[in-house]
Amino acid sequence: MARFEIYVTYKKGIFDPPGATAERALQNLGYSEVAQVKIGKYIQLEVADGTSAARIREMCDKLLANPVIEDYRIETVGEA
Amino acid sequence: MRFGVVIFPGSNCEQDVIHAVNHLGHEAGYIWHGDTDLSGFDAIVLPGGFAYGDYIRCGAVARFSPVMAEVVRFAEAGKPIIGICNGFQILAEAHLLPGALLRNVGLKFLCKTVSLRAEESICDWLDVPAGTVLRVPINHNEGNYICDAETLERLKANSQIVLRYCESDGSTAPGGSAPNGALDDIAGICNERGNVFGLMPHPERVVDPLSGGTDGAVFFTAIAKHVAEVAS
Repeated sequence: MARFEIYVTYKKGIFDPPGATAERALQNLGYSEVAQVKIGKYIQLEVADGTSAARIREMCDKLLANPVIEDYRIETVGEA
Repeated sequence: MRFGVVIFPGSNCEQDVIHAVNHLGHEAGYIWHGDTDLSGFDAIVLPGGFAYGDYIRCGAVARFSPVMAEVVRFAEAGKPIIGICNGFQILAEAHLLPGALLRNVGLKFLCKTVSLRAEESICDWLDVPAGTVLRVPINHNEGNYICDAETLERLKANSQIVLRYCESDGSTAPGGSAPNGALDDIAGICNERGNVFGLMPHPERVVDPLSGGTDGAVFFTAIAKHVAEVAS
């Protein structure tokens, strides 16, 4: 089995309410150096060996991410 | 006039819709999400709830239910579809309506009655003068409508914005009146043809004075009238 890790985040310009809340909370806790917090999703995917990158992207576009509001990054981790 | 109400695993407003439609003198029947036969229905309702537990994103899994391919065909035939709350989220995920619904600003689940302003729109589901203020409850965690600037311009130019959140007198507060942070105070939009309508508020909950109001009736009566006109 091959293993991929997928990071889904909001596109630039899309307001991220949980991120903005965490950002304010950190600043309120005294971490004044915090400039921005973005919160996204982390997905682990195990697939049959030889699955093409195009097919993983298709899974992301169709279901795992919503291209209207989200970007994603796929990392190949290797053998599961 | 017969309304079909789709039940997804996790829908929870389907009985309210059936009651509302019956109360207004129309027939209604349930459609299981695994069914693929929409014959015999004049309008389709995607009700509120938490289809598939809202996993991945609200509506993301529901849009691939077997019934949805038929719902898309129903829409393409120009027949009326309404998505209420979770139903709106499903229509957006299915790309039957543009944009998406994000988490509410403030991160609070919102459950209260709000004022909505009817806009000048091409929507088949609304037939009241522009500027009419309706009092309808909202009940959602992800109602913060968003779309890109180009889509917003198209929605405006084509009169696809059907409802905006407003103050009780119909005005817009400085900084906006949307309790959930929705772009341009958008509470409901329709597609370019006007037959597919999605809104976050729950009109089915206010058709009977017993439940605190009747402002929600206008959507169901408008579409019944529209269907009758098309048929004649």
